[in-house]
Amino acid sequence: MCAGEEKRVGTRTVLAGHRPVSETDAYVAQKFCDNRIVSSKYTVWNFLPKNLFEQFRRIANFYFLIIFLVQVIVDTPTSPVTSGLPLFFVITVTAIKQGYEDWLRHRADNEVNKSNVFVIENAKQVRKESEKIKVGDIVEVKADETFPCDLIFLASSSPDGTCYVTTASLDGESNFKTHYAVRDTMVLCTHEAIDSLAATIECEQPQPDLYKFVGRINIYTSNQEPIARSLGPENLLLKGSTLKNTKKIYGVAVYTGMETKMALNYQGKSQKRSAVEKSINAFLVVYLCMLLSKATVCTTMKYVWQSNPFNDEPWYNEKTKKEKEAFKVLRMFTDFLSFMVLFNFIIPVSMYVTVEMQKFLGSFFISWDKEMYDEEIKEGALVNTSDLNEELGQVEYVFTDKTGTLTENSMEFIECCIDGHKYKESISEVDGPLKYYGKAEKCREELFLRALCLCHTVQIKEGDQVDGLIGHLEHRATYISSSPDEIALVKGAKKYGFSFLGLENDYMKVKNQNNETERYQLLHILNFDPVRRRMSVIVRTITGKLFLFCKGADSSIFPKVQQDEIQQTKAHVDRNAMDGYRTLCVAFKELSQAEYDQIDKQICEAKMALQDREEKMAKVFEDIEANMHLIGATAVEDKLQEQAAETIEALHAAGMKVWVLTGDKMETAKSTCYACRLFQTNTELLELTTKTVGHSERKEDRLHELLMEYRKRLLQDFPKNRGGRKRSWMLNQEYGLIIDGSTLSLILNPSQDSSSSNYKTIFLQICLKCTAVLCCRMAPLQKAQIVRMVKSTKGSPITLSIGDGANDVSMILEAHVGIGIKGKEGRQASRNSDYAVPKFKHLRKLLLAHGHLYYVRIAHLVQYFFYKNLCFILPQFLYQFFCGFSQQPLYDAAYLTMYNICFTSLPILAYSLLEQHINIETLTSDPQLYMKISDNAMLQWKPFLYWTFLGAFEGLVFFFGVYYLFQNSSLEDNGKVFGNWTFGTIVFTILVFTVTLKLALDTRFWTWMNHFVIWGSLAFYVFFSFFWGGIIWPFLKQQRMYFVFAHMVTSLSTWLAIILLIFISLFPEILLIVFKNVRRKAQNAPFDPPMLLSYKRMENGCIFKWKPQEVINLTERGPLRILQMQRC
Amino acid sequence: MAVNYSAKEDADGHPSGGLGATGGGAAKTRKPDNTAFKQQRLPAWQPILTAGTVLPAFFVIGLVFIPIGIGIFVTSNNIREYEIDYTGIEPTSPCNKCLNVSWNSTPSCTCTINFTLDHPFESNVFMYYGLSNFYQNHRRYVKSRDDSQLNGDNGSLLNPSKECEPYRTSEDKPIAPCGAIANSMFNDTLVLYRIDNETRVPIHLNKKGIAWWTDKNVKFRNPSGDANNLTALFQGTTKPVNWPKPVYMLDSDPDNNGFINEDFIVWMRTAALPTFRKLYRLIERKNNLQPTLEAGQYSLDITYNYPVHSFDGRKRMILSTISWMGGKNPFLGIAYITVGSICFFLGVVLLIIHHRFGNRNTSADIPN
Repeated sequence: MCAGEEKRVGTRTVLAGHRPVSETDAYVAQKFCDNRIVSSKYTVWNFLPKNLFEQFRRIANFYFLIIFLVQVIVDTPTSPVTSGLPLFFVITVTAIKQGYEDWLRHRADNEVNKSNVFVIENAKQVRKESEKIKVGDIVEVKADETFPCDLIFLASSSPDGTCYVTTASLDGESNFKTHYAVRDTMVLCTHEAIDSLAATIECEQPQPDLYKFVGRINIYTSNQEPIARSLGPENLLLKGSTLKNTKKIYGVAVYTGMETKMALNYQGKSQKRSAVEKSINAFLVVYLCMLLSKATVCTTMKYVWQSNPFNDEPWYNEKTKKEKEAFKVLRMFTDFLSFMVLFNFIIPVSMYVTVEMQKFLGSFFISWDKEMYDEEIKEGALVNTSDLNEELGQVEYVFTDKTGTLTENSMEFIECCIDGHKYKESISEVDGPLKYYGKAEKCREELFLRALCLCHTVQIKEGDQVDGLIGHLEHRATYISSSPDEIALVKGAKKYGFSFLGLENDYMKVKNQNNETERYQLLHILNFDPVRRRMSVIVRTITGKLFLFCKGADSSIFPKVQQDEIQQTKAHVDRNAMDGYRTLCVAFKELSQAEYDQIDKQICEAKMALQDREEKMAKVFEDIEANMHLIGATAVEDKLQEQAAETIEALHAAGMKVWVLTGDKMETAKSTCYACRLFQTNTELLELTTKTVGHSERKEDRLHELLMEYRKRLLQDFPKNRGGRKRSWMLNQEYGLIIDGSTLSLILNPSQDSSSSNYKTIFLQICLKCTAVLCCRMAPLQKAQIVRMVKSTKGSPITLSIGDGANDVSMILEAHVGIGIKGKEGRQASRNSDYAVPKFKHLRKLLLAHGHLYYVRIAHLVQYFFYKNLCFILPQFLYQFFCGFSQQPLYDAAYLTMYNICFTSLPILAYSLLEQHINIETLTSDPQLYMKISDNAMLQWKPFLYWTFLGAFEGLVFFFGVYYLFQNSSLEDNGKVFGNWTFGTIVFTILVFTVTLKLALDTRFWTWMNHFVIWGSLAFYVFFSFFWGGIIWPFLKQQRMYFVFAHMVTSLSTWLAIILLIFISLFPEILLIVFKNVRRKAQNAPFDPPMLLSYKRMENGCIFKWKPQEVINLTERGPLRILQMQRC
Repeated sequence: MAVNYSAKEDADGHPSGGLGATGGGAAKTRKPDNTAFKQQRLPAWQPILTAGTVLPAFFVIGLVFIPIGIGIFVTSNNIREYEIDYTGIEPTSPCNKCLNVSWNSTPSCTCTINFTLDHPFESNVFMYYGLSNFYQNHRRYVKSRDDSQLNGDNGSLLNPSKECEPYRTSEDKPIAPCGAIANSMFNDTLVLYRIDNETRVPIHLNKKGIAWWTDKNVKFRNPSGDANNLTALFQGTTKPVNWPKPVYMLDSDPDNNGFINEDFIVWMRTAALPTFRKLYRLIERKNNLQPTLEAGQYSLDITYNYPVHSFDGRKRMILSTISWMGGKNPFLGIAYITVGSICFFLGVVLLIIHHRFGNRNTSADIPN
């Protein structure tokens, strides 16, 4: 292991092929780590200690270990086996699982580390194991092989020094990316030639950003000054990506093993913990207190009772010598510990196992769900974390990305405008491809279309095994690009007669309207970056003219062009934005040779910079892209994803607040929000944008005014005492808030002199009162900031982020639940998410059905576990009052051990996997049901107390029922008497039957599996009891259970008592069900599930008038808004 | 630096370290199977408890429980039971003189209590002794035995379990049977006489058939060897400290001697509660013409050996007949009647509520 954090600063120097470049330069050999990938945690030797250490770091395991040790050391009522066995079982199972996972990792590591690679040594090809590669080795990689480490691309078999690479396994983007060999070494494509290379590479220390790399190569040729070339990410071939369409390449290893960018990118994600787990811990504390108080009470009572000497040591029951000699304080302490051990089952070790199993197995249902399978991408949902299943049922805030999430991210060219004239493809006229609304000059038109054809980074791919972004050209050629907008634009230009034919030796070929092929030399590409929000190309025409074409967002183009040209286009752009189209402006300028030379120099200089290259480049680009002429604008439609509107509506109806966080501009985002019904016609919009705040010096004051005004308005509408329900906002006028990035940063980071720095709190108050919030122009980090802000508000609401792109990763990681869309912008989002689904619409089922069910299941599981252990241990506690507080266990050791492991574990597990108290269809179609479980409703103190009282009541019934039965212990018809073990067995039998039947009463969905495990468990209990009592067990000290169960069964009174006591125990539960039932009947509001306003119907042309009506629901759940649909 | 990833998984587009639930590579179709189980569509019975189904159940349960309860109650009441406390706390009691008796007082203290049965005991009569405030369920006491010794294991016979401490050895010899339970075996002798015209007619008390069959025949066994020479089998052991005689002299009948002595076996089954009774003798019905114990005068001869006064205990002698449900116990009957009545009553109440509200709502239930 190497590559500590401190080594990341500074640079590293690598000698290509380990050849010293000159005698004069003293080269200090740096130590780099080898190329071994270690993803495994353990080795054979450290597995046991390390794994045990990690397992016992969990508080629960540690607690059980302590109990076990106490049992071993102190003379306790139950044998260490009773708690040791379950603990051993849990630890072993976990260890096996982790061991197996680690073995898989070892195997995968080995597969990578032992794979064969070819290294060039002394002009010969040497076969080596991948792990033996050292930094500086020259490696040969053939087509379809993956790169064994991060390589600087030196030479390729293709003459232009390029190669194609797919990074599918790194970021999921399956399109081919072109990488470029270092210009001066690209000819060295034989073993001999490459071996003669003498060069040093200086580059930054390894860092995880896949798309950043800064370095410099110095090539030494005999007796000349070394040639320095800059190296960028386009020269770096990353480990894990695959070489495509290129026969072979040579590269020099710069980062190896754990220092490769791939390895650095797989640092573990931080663990997210669910709210249910917090509740469990809270309940655990209650039960721990209960345990301690029970032990304390018993210990105290014991010594009070024993103060009477004939109770302490009657003649028939003398103490051993050891007991007599022990100090009183020590005796009291061990007594206390003994009671703890006796009652420790109240905190069940098996609950953790069951919860884990439930989560693990339960998560399969998500990935198995056919409805969440998408035919297009041939994938279903993916579960990355099973810890958060139930959190899906608790979501209060949904933060969604727009592009690719709400919208399809498959762009379609809609229209363009050239010098203010609109060009649109008419839908009605099928044959006539174009409809001209007035016409621009012919030359301007052509210039515009040429600009569209030239200003992009689209590639042309022949062949069909590309499944990235495809637009079909002739035959099998397809356009490939990392940005769908560009494909749409190129295809758009094609409709108007200009088609891009590809890039060949730095020449771009364009077929014009007259079917002639024009060639343009591509001089520079000024790449797109999110700060500039534009990209440019510099080309030279055949005639030698130099042009710069630039396209970008209107806000980033307009300041850079002649101001008098803007007006016409701006109107157009604004209208397009209102329609929800993505607009891009196109500008150009002609360059003189002199200007170009200077630009060329500036760019090269910036590219060569080792430090702050990005900033320098950005500065140069900024300077170049100035004083341009605006030609026109394009409008591209980003289609709404199917059912996006219905989904948003369902989420709204389920009481969730949906926030859209997008990098798009306000108008586009707003129209999308209207389209997907985030904002409705009656929603009153509050805007906090640059438009309303303004640019002036006084913008902070203006912002302050606005904030105060909005708050006042909202507070008037929302009187404070609204019954405290968080979601009562549904009744009132709905407000929507729009805020943009710059205003947000103003709010979050107000300038020093600002009078009030509490903007944030006011802003938050406003936000929380709004049903929908749209945040546009957001940087990825700002998205995360917003999520964090909401997450940390009072009551810490559960947040969910959903997005598809790399820019959403930060908010996905920040939110409680992160959902990735397996969209078109690569795999980063789904890789970093907790759950990944193919489409936004799947969120509906994921939350409303799966989330709801998981929550109900796990909440019931947790409550049930505490309950069943309370009524398990309470009789044992009560028994102490009748056995002289001597820690005599009521149940046999086997029963104590098996109760949680065998007799009562499977039914609840089956329940927690299969229960559907409401049908999945109903859950999905009636979002209001989601509100029933909001705010962790089933794990609040009230239900917890109910379960606890139920458990306590049942425990009392079990014990005192049998106690009164045993007032006369001759219960058989032959007058023979029963002893203490029969007493315990009767209590235990009632207990097992009662808790199992209680679960049966709760089960609303009886599949054959439920039947099997519930009745099977009871049958197993009976069978086991017969078996356990049917044999004189060798190796056992005591045969106390011998035929106890069989004798019990022969007694009719016992049968009658068991039936009666089971019935009494379940009686409150049955009564409650009946009361609820009768009350529901009595209040009988025939509760029709509220109809959802369906987006589709609106589309179908029906005109509905929506009238939100207040229908006071008589049940406690709080008033719900029911939308009633009336046809007008 | 723990890097949590797996190269294999990554090639498949799987996340690292997570529980990637779907299997197969990216190229393979990952369409989930359309099975009922995976789609959570298993055919299921979905019971809905409505007032309509539960209310009749209440009536039925009420109607079933009340007769059962009455049956049990009547049965229990028909059981004849007679109980004498012969501890001798009261100065008037004949056994008062024996109150402070100790284990090895010789000769034993004896006392006689006369009593009258007002009603005849028709069927077989079971004679119990009862102890109060005697903690047979104390943990130290319960575990103080060696079941393998009692099962006839020769090794344990000479080397009893540590659990028997401090009743494991006596004078360097292993105790057989060891442990506190055996050591404190009840050793009063109760003899019952019927006073028939001033003469005392002894009543035959059967001492066999009072222990569980499985205990007598399987769980308890004498050490292997010649059953007729128990003395030799117990060679090398010594009697429990409090016993007057060693275990092989408990009875003259070889079938009821040593570890398989039924009085011993009964005692060894520790009672659940500090007040308990244990079966002592059986009085079998001789013929159908005459009750087992006629109404009349009886006297009980007690050889008072067992001291209970020191721990505030009580001793009783109980004569009881037995029904199909065992001894007299009013609890079950009363509980059944109570629960049955409550069920029935609730059924009526709920029915009324159900009806009244149901009617009211059908008229006034139109959502605005």
